[in-house]
Amino acid sequence: MSAFTDRVDTALADRNLKIAVERTAGTAEAKRTIAVEAFPDFERARDRAAAIKDHVIANLGLYLERFEANAVAAGAKVHWARTADEACEIVIGICKAANARSVARSKSMLGEEIGLPHALEAAGITRIETDLAEHIIQLADERPSHIIWPAMHKTREQVSVLFKAKHRDPHQEETIAAMAESARRHLREGMLAADVGISGANFLVADSGAVCTVTNEGNAELSLVPPRVHIVTAGIEKIVPSMGHAVHMLRMLSRSATGAALSQYTTFYTGPRRPGDRDGPEEMHIVLVDNGRTMMRETGLAKMLRCIRCGACMNHCVVFRQIGGHAYGATYPGPMGAVLTPAFDGLAKNRDLPNACTLNGKCQEVCPVRIPLPTLLRGWREKSWREGLEPTSLRAGLGTWAWFARRPALYRAATASTLRAMRLMGRGGWLSKLPLAGAWTEHRDMPKPAAQSFMAQYKKGRRS
Amino acid sequence: MTPTPPRVALFVTCLVDMIRPQIGFAAIRALEAAGCEVVVPDAQTCCGQPALNSGDRDTAADLAKRAIAMLEPFDHVVIPSGSCAATVRVHYPEILEHDAEWGPRAIALAARTFEILAYLDEVRGWKPEGVALDATGTYHDSCSGLRELGIKRQPRRLLAAVEGLSLAPLAGAETCCGFGGTFCVKYPAISNAIVAEKATAIDATGADLLLAGDLGCLMNMAGKLNREGSKVRAFHAVELLAGMGDGPAIGEEA
Ligand code: SF4
Repeated sequence: MSAFTDRVDTALADRNLKIAVERTAGTAEAKRTIAVEAFPDFERARDRAAAIKDHVIANLGLYLERFEANAVAAGAKVHWARTADEACEIVIGICKAANARSVARSKSMLGEEIGLPHALEAAGITRIETDLAEHIIQLADERPSHIIWPAMHKTREQVSVLFKAKHRDPHQEETIAAMAESARRHLREGMLAADVGISGANFLVADSGAVCTVTNEGNAELSLVPPRVHIVTAGIEKIVPSMGHAVHMLRMLSRSATGAALSQYTTFYTGPRRPGDRDGPEEMHIVLVDNGRTMMRETGLAKMLRCIRCGACMNHCVVFRQIGGHAYGATYPGPMGAVLTPAFDGLAKNRDLPNACTLNGKCQEVCPVRIPLPTLLRGWREKSWREGLEPTSLRAGLGTWAWFARRPALYRAATASTLRAMRLMGRGGWLSKLPLAGAWTEHRDMPKPAAQSFMAQYKKGRRS
Repeated sequence: MTPTPPRVALFVTCLVDMIRPQIGFAAIRALEAAGCEVVVPDAQTCCGQPALNSGDRDTAADLAKRAIAMLEPFDHVVIPSGSCAATVRVHYPEILEHDAEWGPRAIALAARTFEILAYLDEVRGWKPEGVALDATGTYHDSCSGLRELGIKRQPRRLLAAVEGLSLAPLAGAETCCGFGGTFCVKYPAISNAIVAEKATAIDATGADLLLAGDLGCLMNMAGKLNREGSKVRAFHAVELLAGMGDGPAIGEEA
């Protein structure tokens, strides 16, 4: 058994998980459908979104330089990181230079990707996660299971128990409002006391050097404006040419993610506090992270760099809906994670991910930037096959099948004897136990095959 | 003057060949009723989909070339399966994209290859005549047919012409049943969780019959329904259209 299938078994045995995932993903699915129907010409908007990203990815250097120049002109400091470790080092270095004891973090998947929570801990810096779901995860000492709702694997009942145990001044009533209030009291103290605020970026706007974040809780604003230093960590593919492009992408992002027309809070940060400003950080640092993205661009995964991390693909994925995000064993779960994880973390360790997919195409159908996820997953399967990572049993089975499929006469003889053997094991019209097909018959019956194949009957003259 | 009937090659798919030949014969009946001359090429085996989806591109390309050479002489190629038809229509041209000789031949064949329900409805403009069945059915939209070939209204239009048959809406009709070719045997636990939900949704329609256009999905759903003791009977849609809906359903003894 692979580690993946172990995690799958654990997930499938967890009734709470199924309930929790279904609540959130089911609601998101329904809301997205309504939002998309109300969007005038959503299909053209998707084409435009995909074209914007493709253009930027093809001209990445140009737009990154433009972004850097404008960000610097606005007073920010721009850093470049090739790897996850380099990115963490840069962030820790900035924190240390600012004598920071505590940082407030606004949700960022890139932060998770580069292992920033762990790096901060190793450096002895107190971290407070300010996104409500990330806060839940931090209290439970877990990892996110979804890119939009990191705590989607938990039911509100489980969260209530957690808050009661971990908040200083916990909620008394079992209502969502009371629970949110308890989290608010707890989080605000940390936000206001933090020396550094760290955020990700939903978009980097090249022509102004602005960084855009979206949240539904306003926690980004509250954790980035009061501290003395604001650090942004962002993947280099987050760039868009201008504000107009950013707005188009924002419309696609929020509708695909939650079905909302726009997120509750959308903020553009351009540089640190200026003379005369009443608030804002004294320093703003932007860390631009590659971590495999340039390599993806050059190895057939350029289209994956279109991803705007909306989560629609996982919300609509039959596999994700059954196993949740943790089973993927990586920062990014679901269909997009199954494409990204082998790129970031190696195929050998993660060959299950591109395989554990029915290739039903729903993810591609909902992706706002039209990423051909099934095609990219097939691409990983081919690489895995070429590199000999696929199990020997599968290779042998398919090899035999293909050998016969190339030889029609032998194929007919082989199918005839297989059919005879299979029929011997049937009761009524069904087979409920079959050697070599245990994976099928463990859970479902198999219709008893025909006494004679179609081709045999047809050749004997049956026509209809 | 009646136009010359098209010479149509019927590619039956390996599952139809072995598990449910009735689908092949139903296809012949319906195609002939729709004015086609049907030929069943002798050398056919498997379209290569299992190899393609397992990452064995060389084998898939090899089987694709064989199929192309075999099917080229016909006016049209018709396949009673959305996923096999999509393999020929969508994936053969992709697999052979960089092959100067076979690439163009794959594209030409793809343009003349159809899934049977789409062919009967769209290309032949056919409707079953005098076919009656007193039953309530429910239709599952198999993923490849739906998303790669745009098959959605065609089967419903055709089935509406079967007298006495009514269709009950299926919640999540477009949601994958968890078959996924080799997926169901590579990851049986996940596949089972998916098909279990599907079976519950099918039972909840109150329909007597489960209909679809792909035998793989049908075997998966019918096998689960039978294991759970459900009374819903499963047929390929073309069996009903050919007037064979009163025969044994999938998994029933003849
Ligand atoms: S792959 Fe597409 S649907 Fe999935 S998160 Fe990225 S943009 Fe959204």
